Amino acid sequence: MNENPLPSIIPDKEWKKIQRMLSKRSLWMIHFCTGCGAMEMPPVMTSRYDMERFGIIPMATPRQADLLLVTGYVATKTLKRIVRVYEQMQDPKYVIAFGSCPINGGIYWDSYNIIKRLDKYIPVDMYIAGCMPRPEAIMDAFLKLMKDIDEGKANGWMRYRKYYDQYRRNQMRIFKRWDE
Amino acid sequence: MVTDWLIHAGLVALYLFLAMVIGLLFMGIARKITARIQNRVGPPIYQNFLDLGKLLAKKTNIKHNWIFDFAPLFGLGGVLLILAYLPMGGYIMLSGQGDLILLLYILAIPALGFALGSGASGNPNAGVGVMRALTLMLSYEMPFLIVILSLMIFYNTASLSVLLQKQMNYLWGIAALPISALAADIALQGMMAEKPFDIPIAPHEIASGPLVEFGGKYLGLLMLYSAGSIVVETSLFVDLFLGGGIVLNPTVYGTLAYFVNYLVWLALIFVVWMIAIFVNAVFPRFRIEQAFKFYWKWPTVIAIAGLVQAYVMSVFLGVVP
Repeated sequence: MNENPLPSIIPDKEWKKIQRMLSKRSLWMIHFCTGCGAMEMPPVMTSRYDMERFGIIPMATPRQADLLLVTGYVATKTLKRIVRVYEQMQDPKYVIAFGSCPINGGIYWDSYNIIKRLDKYIPVDMYIAGCMPRPEAIMDAFLKLMKDIDEGKANGWMRYRKYYDQYRRNQMRIFKRWDE
Repeated sequence: MVTDWLIHAGLVALYLFLAMVIGLLFMGIARKITARIQNRVGPPIYQNFLDLGKLLAKKTNIKHNWIFDFAPLFGLGGVLLILAYLPMGGYIMLSGQGDLILLLYILAIPALGFALGSGASGNPNAGVGVMRALTLMLSYEMPFLIVILSLMIFYNTASLSVLLQKQMNYLWGIAALPISALAADIALQGMMAEKPFDIPIAPHEIASGPLVEFGGKYLGLLMLYSAGSIVVETSLFVDLFLGGGIVLNPTVYGTLAYFVNYLVWLALIFVVWMIAIFVNAVFPRFRIEQAFKFYWKWPTVIAIAGLVQAYVMSVFLGVVP
């Protein structure tokens, strides 16, 4: 995160706490709908469950977003776009993997072009199991993620910086080339 | 002498700071009210302060070129300049001869700075957004210029402070020239880029248009920019047609008048902002050529009717405010 602007007045620990409080209360979300979730997201955004009351609003571009929702199975071609979207987001950033498929492949467990664990390629902070998870489960995941951010547990973005080489090696095993 | 200067500078800083706070608060209130209209709970009204704090506290590693880095400051500086020229509650920070015409010129500065930065990012969505924003500007400025012209003819001045003085002594512009006020309010909707005319920043079509490459601190500065421009646009309407909220004469009542006028001004810009928000909450979006056709047809006709009314009243009927 950003450096402390006033180190003489605010102790570093307090500054981190303030930053976590702020990023918890205004998560801007970009949802990467790979195949599923287009039915479950609208009730979460609109008047039935209304995620805006927690400050979560959908954003149109990765530059502005803090939270990446990967909804559904991830094909090897899609993975490259997901990694690009993830790398364009600004730190601190969080990832929620949505449905059974990013956890262990789901019904595509033996498919030739679906990756099985998203966590090997980008760091995932929260999983929602289910095929498909209901909107209640999504709201629950948002609240749990907010709690994790507050406690400093949601630090996937730090992991991505620290173990970048390993993540990159795993990604390159799938891609072979970056420019196609 | 120096203390006078210091007091003036402090007051200007206070007014500009308060304008930013009011803008952010208005954005929060707008989100809450839109949510209630759509039968949602909505965020707390201080949500935009949290958003701003988060954006400014984010690490930002976007690198394009120095114009891209410079653009948010350019936009924010332009908005602060306009705010200094607009009397807020009757307190005149900067003024000069014919500042109504000057205002028309400097109103374009923040938008141009913003367009410069988004153009420099090289993203095609930003290019489309900038093109739409400039076309929209061309469309709403037509009725708006005619409205300004009719105000200048009727009040026989091109100075904002004289305009406020005459409105205080005679009649508010909305009572004297109701047709022009209607045209100005329709033009204002496009100036604020609210819903029927939010074509430049359409998130579902062109991924929020000019904002597409801005993130983190850049977006935080642009949020301050849009907070300031809300106050600029609503305050522009209030200064032109609602007498700038001046109910007590400052030369008679002194400091108390500035205080009361500020509160009245605040209530009036809130009303103008609410009209825009209620329209925004229920309308879908025009396409750009529809917006262009709409602006050069209906508000222009209304504005010309207002111009005729102002001309007839001041030249043939001899109404002198």
